Amino acid sequence: MTAPDGTTPPTPDGAPPLAVSLRGIDMSFGPVRANRGASLDVARGEIHALVGENGAGKSTLMRVLSGMYAPDAGTMTVNGRDVTGWSTAQAIDAGVGMVHQHFMLVPTLTVAENVVLGREITAAGRLDRRGAERAVAELGERTGLVVAPGRLVSELSVGEAQRVEILKTLYRGARILILDEPTAVLSPPEVDELWRVLTHMRDTGDTIILITHKLDEVMAVSNTVTVMRRGATVGRVATRDTSPAELARLMVGRDVVLAGDAAAAPQHSIRAERRAALDVRELTVADARKTHAVDGVSFAVEPGEILGIAGVEGNGQTELVEALAGLREVSAGAVLLHGRDVTRQSVRARGDAGLSHIPEDRQLRGLVLDYSIADNLILGQQHRFSRRGAVDAAHVLENARRQIERFDIRPADPAAPARALSGGNQQKIVIAREMGRDFTVLLAAQPTRGVDVGAIEFIHAQLRNARAEGKAILLVSADLTEVLALSDRVAVMYGGRFAAVLPRAEATKEVLGAYMTGASGRAA
Amino acid sequence: MSASAGARRWRAQLEEAVLPAVVALLIAALVGDVLIIVYGQSPGEVYRALLEGTWGNAYGLGQVLYKTTTLTFTGLSVAIGLRAGLFNIGAESQLAAGGFAAGVLGTLLPPGLPALLVLPLFIVAAAIGGGAVGGAAGVLKSKWGAHEVITTIMLNFIVLALLNYLTVAHFKVFDTLHTADVRSGALPRLSALIPPFHGSAANMVLFLALAVVAVAWWYLFRSRAGYELRAVGLQPGAAEYGGVNVPGVWWRAMLISGAVAGIGGLNFVLGYKHYYEDGFSTGAGFLGIAVALVGRNNPVGVVLAALLFGTLSQGGLAVNALVPKQMVDVLQAVVIIAVVTSVPEVRRVLRSARRRGGPEA
Repeated sequence: MTAPDGTTPPTPDGAPPLAVSLRGIDMSFGPVRANRGASLDVARGEIHALVGENGAGKSTLMRVLSGMYAPDAGTMTVNGRDVTGWSTAQAIDAGVGMVHQHFMLVPTLTVAENVVLGREITAAGRLDRRGAERAVAELGERTGLVVAPGRLVSELSVGEAQRVEILKTLYRGARILILDEPTAVLSPPEVDELWRVLTHMRDTGDTIILITHKLDEVMAVSNTVTVMRRGATVGRVATRDTSPAELARLMVGRDVVLAGDAAAAPQHSIRAERRAALDVRELTVADARKTHAVDGVSFAVEPGEILGIAGVEGNGQTELVEALAGLREVSAGAVLLHGRDVTRQSVRARGDAGLSHIPEDRQLRGLVLDYSIADNLILGQQHRFSRRGAVDAAHVLENARRQIERFDIRPADPAAPARALSGGNQQKIVIAREMGRDFTVLLAAQPTRGVDVGAIEFIHAQLRNARAEGKAILLVSADLTEVLALSDRVAVMYGGRFAAVLPRAEATKEVLGAYMTGASGRAA
Repeated sequence: MSASAGARRWRAQLEEAVLPAVVALLIAALVGDVLIIVYGQSPGEVYRALLEGTWGNAYGLGQVLYKTTTLTFTGLSVAIGLRAGLFNIGAESQLAAGGFAAGVLGTLLPPGLPALLVLPLFIVAAAIGGGAVGGAAGVLKSKWGAHEVITTIMLNFIVLALLNYLTVAHFKVFDTLHTADVRSGALPRLSALIPPFHGSAANMVLFLALAVVAVAWWYLFRSRAGYELRAVGLQPGAAEYGGVNVPGVWWRAMLISGAVAGIGGLNFVLGYKHYYEDGFSTGAGFLGIAVALVGRNNPVGVVLAALLFGTLSQGGLAVNALVPKQMVDVLQAVVIIAVVTSVPEVRRVLRSARRRGGPEA
């Protein structure tokens, strides 16, 4: 195999050069040092997992590698060639491509148009649509990334959109592929499909760097693992020689209780009150295409109970939660909080009635990214932090200090804009705001999406505490392990309905998986 | 540590706010040089004439302050809209409607009332005049989703034509295009306080403008309504999640935006001519967009930007003997283009400079 520039230099000892070698990388953003002497060695043709807590500097290091940032110090080689401080264009030319955590697709264009964007196939100045679709279809067949090239991106599921992102990168000739938390938005079958594709790519000689928090993924697909903590590299091990517990210890710097083995059977708390805190009756929600996204769903959540909703994304979970929160119009049915009908009430009225909501998309809904941590910590509560029309700045600051301390939000600076924080710390703002106040019912949608093991442990502990305190919690998660670790009952959503509601004891991954794909129990 | 981080952030924000404007001015000056030389004049002489005719004497400065006053109102009007994510192109007609309402009120009042006593009435009338036009666009957006850019442009035509008709058909003094003098409420010129300003149009509405700027700053950055308004402008989805009635904020923001532009009409009607004249607002509304952009939608920035554009407008008259005054229009356009394009560029350079300056620089 040769490097894209065709001049692979042999290393002194005759071994093939590493696909990627980063040494002593320093990268600062103002006062924040995201990387301090970080290093990474990736061999050719391997799947290399890059793990670490939020804010450990993984994404920054990969942006340095893909040419988005020039490092303050350190050296970078790709296929034995010194590429320190190269540009994104040079990186792409050399076959290094990054698939970002947040999709960068044009929703009104087709799959093929998105893939070729910037590298269009043209005939006499006109876009050759058929040619593009053919090329994308061929690429899809070769790699197993199957998406119909003629479909609009706005119609795709999250898993399909991600396939398009990967296709886009491959189409630009990437042989070293960087994936930033690719499974954060995928359902278990989609994750399996992704692993199949990545393994296939590795076996045909491509190199893959996988940024992830999830240690089971590391164990499942990677060959080698590099662990980062606080901007520096703290370990590099062959996957077969390590264990999730050891990796977690390296990441956090102490022993961690992992979700999977902690509370396989959640301990039942004493339920003081038997009346349902959240009561949903025959709820129907129409979506943009006027079909029923949620189709006559009924359930109740009691105080001191966690009802988990599992399901492949796009089966109505988003619409259900938004309807309960007051963000989406209900076409039929009723929502009751503590026996009071709130179906037609505003978001604020529901909040005042004791409803808290951790939204599934913190960047779009959960936070105003350009607001400070302190201002974000009062979002939805602004009327409680105001007097005679003015925001009470002292009260806001005092609240921020308390929540930052209690939820360990970093940096511990109330004036720092939320945009500057890592994903996990952004989520901590949302958790702190929604769980750090008086509430009786919590809607927790994907509460640990895209956050690291340390934060997951913390968030899960918060949810368990809230249950012990008698809160009613509706947990929606694409992560089956999470649903099983926390829930007292598990509902599976499929096609806008509950395909099944099972007590925790009867809910196994196999049974849930069958309901999730619609394979069993087409319940009415 | 936290205090010094706060100070650093303050300095960074200040640099990012001021430097683009400075760079833009330098670029504009450079383009101006070229134009002046092509026209066969000496840039040094033209710029000297420009400065002397504006800041070089009390009359010139007074004229600058008069223009700055109107531009502060229209700039603030556009800035408030933009903070809510709305682009109000209608400051032109909102300014005129505010002036018209004040002018008509002035002809209806009994003569001889103390100006300070009736001033609140005039402010309310002008705010209603401008607010009705802005608020109409706001309601059209909130209720039916009509885009405010389209509706405010259309309302400019409708409102200006309507005011022209009302003036000509019902209110004008014979043989003119203006209403009768206000019978009460006329405000003194600035020269009443500072005699050297004698002859210039600058008047007490300047102080009203500064007061409105202070209130607007408080409203945007310290009030709960402002917290919600800015959230809607930055991320409507997050505002909605935070219990904010987004369409409600839209129409209220447009109402306030229109009212602020409308109050600007007092500068002409109560401060300068003491009557409403058809067409007095021409250009001031559109220049307000430039003022808001250059002032970065910050009330204090708006005042500074209004001063800059006020100076350039007046300077155009001062250099007319040497070069056509349209040259200053070109300069204004260059400033706008340079600011709009240089903001991200300058920011990027600043950030990378800070990064290279070491971790604690």
